[in-house]
Amino acid sequence: MPDYAWPDAQHRTLIGARVTRVDAPVKVSGQAKYTYDVHRPGMLYGKVLRSPYAHAKVVSIDTSAAEKMPGVKAIHIVQGPGSTIHWAGDDIVAVAAVDEPTAEDAVRAIKVKFQQLPHLVSDAEPPKGSAQEEGPLSIDAIDDMLDNQVPANQMVSTIQRDGLIKKASDEDLNMLKADGATDAVLEAIRSATLHPEASAKPPSNYQKAAAQTVGDPDKAFAEADAVSEGMYGIPVITHCCLESHGSISEWTDHEHLFTHISTQNVSGIPGQMAEPLKIPATNIRVHQDNIGGGFGSKFSPDRWGIFTAEVSRKAGGKPVRIMLERDTELKVAGARPSAYARVKVAAKNDGTLVAWQSSSWGTGGPGGGGMPPIPYVFRVPNQRQEHTAIRNNIGPARAWRAPNHPQAAVLTMCALDDLAAKLNLDPVEFFGRNLNLTQQREHTYREELSIASELMGWKQKWHPRGQNASGDTARGVGLSFHTWGGRGHASDCDLTIHPDGSVELKMGSQDLGTGTRTCILMVAADTLGIPMDAIQLQIGDTTYPPSGGSGGSTTIGGVTSSTRRASVDARDAVFAKVAPALNVQSDQLECVNGKVMVKGDSSRFLSWKEACSKLAVMPVTMRGKNPDKNKPPDLTNSGVGGVQMAEVEVDTDTGIVKVKKMVAVQDCGLVIDLKTAESQCHGALIMGISYSLFEEKVMDPVTGRMLNADMEFYRLAGLNDIPELVVHMMTGKGYDERGVIGLGEPPVISPGAAISNAVANAIGVRVPFLPLTPDRVLTALEQKAGA
Amino acid sequence: MRDDDENLKDANHSSESPGVSRRDFLKISGISVAVPLVAGPKMVMAAGQQVPVYGPGKVPMEFAINGKNHKADLEPRVTLLDALRDQFELTGAKRVCDRAECGACTVLMDNKPVYACSVLAIEAQHRPITTVESLIEGGNLHPVQRAFVENDASQCGFCTPGFVVSCKAFLDSHPHPTPEDIRRGLSGNLCRCGTYEGIRKAIAQVAQKGA
Ligand code: FES
Ligand code: FES
Repeated sequence: MPDYAWPDAQHRTLIGARVTRVDAPVKVSGQAKYTYDVHRPGMLYGKVLRSPYAHAKVVSIDTSAAEKMPGVKAIHIVQGPGSTIHWAGDDIVAVAAVDEPTAEDAVRAIKVKFQQLPHLVSDAEPPKGSAQEEGPLSIDAIDDMLDNQVPANQMVSTIQRDGLIKKASDEDLNMLKADGATDAVLEAIRSATLHPEASAKPPSNYQKAAAQTVGDPDKAFAEADAVSEGMYGIPVITHCCLESHGSISEWTDHEHLFTHISTQNVSGIPGQMAEPLKIPATNIRVHQDNIGGGFGSKFSPDRWGIFTAEVSRKAGGKPVRIMLERDTELKVAGARPSAYARVKVAAKNDGTLVAWQSSSWGTGGPGGGGMPPIPYVFRVPNQRQEHTAIRNNIGPARAWRAPNHPQAAVLTMCALDDLAAKLNLDPVEFFGRNLNLTQQREHTYREELSIASELMGWKQKWHPRGQNASGDTARGVGLSFHTWGGRGHASDCDLTIHPDGSVELKMGSQDLGTGTRTCILMVAADTLGIPMDAIQLQIGDTTYPPSGGSGGSTTIGGVTSSTRRASVDARDAVFAKVAPALNVQSDQLECVNGKVMVKGDSSRFLSWKEACSKLAVMPVTMRGKNPDKNKPPDLTNSGVGGVQMAEVEVDTDTGIVKVKKMVAVQDCGLVIDLKTAESQCHGALIMGISYSLFEEKVMDPVTGRMLNADMEFYRLAGLNDIPELVVHMMTGKGYDERGVIGLGEPPVISPGAAISNAVANAIGVRVPFLPLTPDRVLTALEQKAGA
Repeated sequence: MRDDDENLKDANHSSESPGVSRRDFLKISGISVAVPLVAGPKMVMAAGQQVPVYGPGKVPMEFAINGKNHKADLEPRVTLLDALRDQFELTGAKRVCDRAECGACTVLMDNKPVYACSVLAIEAQHRPITTVESLIEGGNLHPVQRAFVENDASQCGFCTPGFVVSCKAFLDSHPHPTPEDIRRGLSGNLCRCGTYEGIRKAIAQVAQKGA
């Protein structure tokens, strides 16, 4: 059996090193092509008329004037009269014309009558006694439970009690299975009572989404030495990908579609377009060279991806480009659900946590959404939680980098930090004392906590709350913990070695800017003992073997595992041909430095080119797969821990918070490329500072529209806002042997909690909600003064 | 747009110029099929002067981009950014906010950085335009680009061309920037992936070595 295992540190040439991103040169020179840059011959430009109302019925649509305009090539009604619109900015009519100005004019010439309906865009605490509807459940709600790691037996009883809105399709069941539903849960879904009438009647805005109790919280609270109560929250933010969502679609004949689409999920797109377009998935080709950001919002073709193809069909198959405008991108193409909670926590005098109670709420738009996994990381022995999902008209939620975890971190770590303050304990000591509640990650967290303290200079910097102010500036430090899965997804690839020594690797994956291309090449080159630039890598097309969507930090584990297996098999095929020439058994050969040589005898070798020429005329192609039970060992793994610390300076006159330093200590098993791994962490810290201080999707209660759907008032952190950043990756013994684990999500989880805790430490009072804007800081300071 | 029309209209009235005002002309042409594909300028009286009014409809334009002459027939409302991207296939500059908020579309005009999304193509005629594509010389990356590569200053890379052009212009005018200069000088560009750490290091590296 060939040895597929990752080579150990002495036998690695590239894996674990600091390697420069292979696609950086094309990116810095403007040569990298993104979907938005694709220019197809005869391409038409599409524009979309959108609903100005958050909740309305379409009464009538008159496109006659637009149809007569010169240059207009196709008009497609997306949601016709009678349709109910659930958020402002939703698509009504799409137009394709010879150029953008003409398409814009045509959209202006279309007349749509709406009948406005009452809307709700607030996610404020549900009023006492508000109608709390229980079940029936949607598939989304069940998926949320999986996300939140609701125990299987509890899921089964909830499904049996509440029933389902509609019968689950095979596709639904497969998806839930992939997301971790057990057989018992799947069986409960199959045999659940159906309540189709529930989807027809207007649902209540408030839905009881979760309620669970562990242990005996009442008793534990009664017996505790210290109890802390507080309110915490994190608002809806948007993904704000710099490349907006969209695609260019064309029909190469009546039954074949070619689409360039900005997606995190190249291989998964045809399967999602086939049914709505009524063609087999095999007839859909998807291509993408580069993507300008996704962060969880680009897994599906979306309705606009489907109607771009429909518009193209109406325009005789000509290529049609529809990329979302910036305002639409912010309004409809991505929102991270909000989460707020009233939390009560209790501990003994020495800091040992004994009880947790939370009543939480939040919105994921029309679907409501689920409860974040709280209490997070720390399994407090006695718990009671209830969660109310608010269904409203702010637009649909999407997975946002580490779905539900940044919310859980804020709700949990801020509440625990307040309890530590109440006990007059240094948070490092307090959290350290409770690390046994983190179970299998305890050892990792302990190591990380001590490294992070060192790198932050925590001992010198930490003072009890509110005791580090001079004049009108106050300084403080805070910390947070996080966890994530990150097991590698399903991935196939083909590696071909040609008799002339050239090598190519094809995989239907995508590089989100995380360094996927670089890491694939590092693994293949390390295994074959040839330079990375001797391998031609092709990704981003459905004509290559399918590889999973890039979400949930699953890419790196998937693509490196399949690449390793393909590379080992292809290498061994070359060994088999070379062995007779060198007069050894093929298992006595190794690939190093562009040579195939006899192990331990550097005088007996063939150059890579000579070795490959032994293949005679036929190239060898090997298919690598992940997972692959027949080719052990498992090369990927699940479960990481991270600790982050923040230092802030608060101007107590203006309320302005400045982050002065951030430290991230992170493990992710075997690191392939240290350089791009650190960049992932830097980027996550920066994104974290951005959502902690600035970002919020602000809705107007009167019009139901987003008020800051631009990049001036939806503020992202700029260069000016970024402090000293220190990243430390846990590598070596205890980490490398675990295999490759994803890194995209984990480091973005903790910044909100760490920064909020640092602000509380600085000013001596909790600013309950993110973002920590000057007005909120001043309000908290005033309340403290008044108290 | 609307304000300009308003002013123009007032100007027309006060000078009592005969004929069709621009506003009326727009109204007619918006629905008329008979507009010539390429229209020459129409002269109108504005603030007591004869001024040419271009469009609606396409007008011939000429540009000096990356040292080369480019021609196209474009509507006067087309931005420099859209002209570069859709007419000349220079797609390095990106369209992100399309309203001077993010810097992804940065190019040099008269050697100064501008947001190409907020310059009308018609106004950029005959003025030297430099885009990111021209920074490579003889197949070699510009020192700023090399520093971006070495310091991993791009992730998805969508903001990168804009940043590269801004950084080049910044370093040309501030060869020895202080950290404060860097913070201020590059606050006109935004990155969603969070590459600022690499960008900061790249600038420091170039400033030290000299571009
Ligand atoms: S696209 Fe021009 S500044 Fe954003
Ligand atoms: S690298 Fe992705 S936006 Fe800057």
